Amino acid sequence: MSIIQILALVFALFAWSRVILRFRGREISMGELFFWSLCWIALILLAIFPQQSFYFANIFGIQRGVDMFVYGGITLAFYLVFRMYVRMEKMEQGLTKIVRELAKKK
Amino acid sequence: MVWVVIAAFNEAATIGNVVKDLADHGYKNIIVVDDGSEDATAKAAQEAGAVTLKHNINRGQGASLQTGIEYAVTKNPDVIVTFDADGQHRPEDIQAVVKPVKEGKAKIAFGSRFLGKSNVPLHRKLLLKGGIALVWLFYGVKMTDAHNGLRAFSPEAAETLNLHSDRMGHASEIIEWVRKEKIPYVEVPVVIKYHTTRQGHGSYIQAVRVFFDMVWRKLSQ
Repeated sequence: MSIIQILALVFALFAWSRVILRFRGREISMGELFFWSLCWIALILLAIFPQQSFYFANIFGIQRGVDMFVYGGITLAFYLVFRMYVRMEKMEQGLTKIVRELAKKK
Repeated sequence: MVWVVIAAFNEAATIGNVVKDLADHGYKNIIVVDDGSEDATAKAAQEAGAVTLKHNINRGQGASLQTGIEYAVTKNPDVIVTFDADGQHRPEDIQAVVKPVKEGKAKIAFGSRFLGKSNVPLHRKLLLKGGIALVWLFYGVKMTDAHNGLRAFSPEAAETLNLHSDRMGHASEIIEWVRKEKIPYVEVPVVIKYHTTRQGHGSYIQAVRVFFDMVWRKLSQ
């Protein structure tokens, strides 16, 4: 096992443990637990069996497993940023509503 | 009765004179929304005779105008006018935007600096024309001036206004809303006093922000 594999494995295990802890603390939903578990398990499997990832990569027409992981990671990151932006926008509007109501009550 | 709504953020230096100037021209019903200013904007506005509403934290010009308009609607106005806090509008132009709304020719009247004799500096003109082109591209509405803060609303129109763009994107959102709701509008010539307005790089940064705001609104629809 190379150093990068060990690092990826340790990081994925650490991140997965955080997800489980947050689920136990009722900070995230069952759906979120499932989604994040899937992501980190995929990374764990990729770290342990890097050769097997070639098989899945080829299905998508990508040559290397690592490339597939990078493409997937970037796509996921963009999607998550978008979701966070939507959530932030909603919070901003909620905040404005509160500030407005307070101002009108003067 | 005309109610004038002014959104003000850190305008202590100018807001008092703007309110007094309006009162001198016969506009006594003035609402200043102090948008979380760090200076004495609210005090200056109040001392000059305006009804002052205070945002506890800064929420942007769009949010402040919405607050002021919602408050003005409760005062049974004939017309609600939005007016800038930095002294760039002339009180004598209010009559021009109020008239078509009062006469029932339109529900909204937009002030336009490009109708009539224009005194707009070249760099500003380019920026504003770009904004006009974007509004046309995004919403299919051909305005002669898409970002003029001097407007008049009928109370019925004002009541249905619900701005989501808290910051500078509100101007284009109003145009989008007018098109969607098929609200009859007119544009009337007004003059902008350029020597009093703060200009420079700020207006370019603001333009970029407005653009992103428009793109975001399109994406999130």
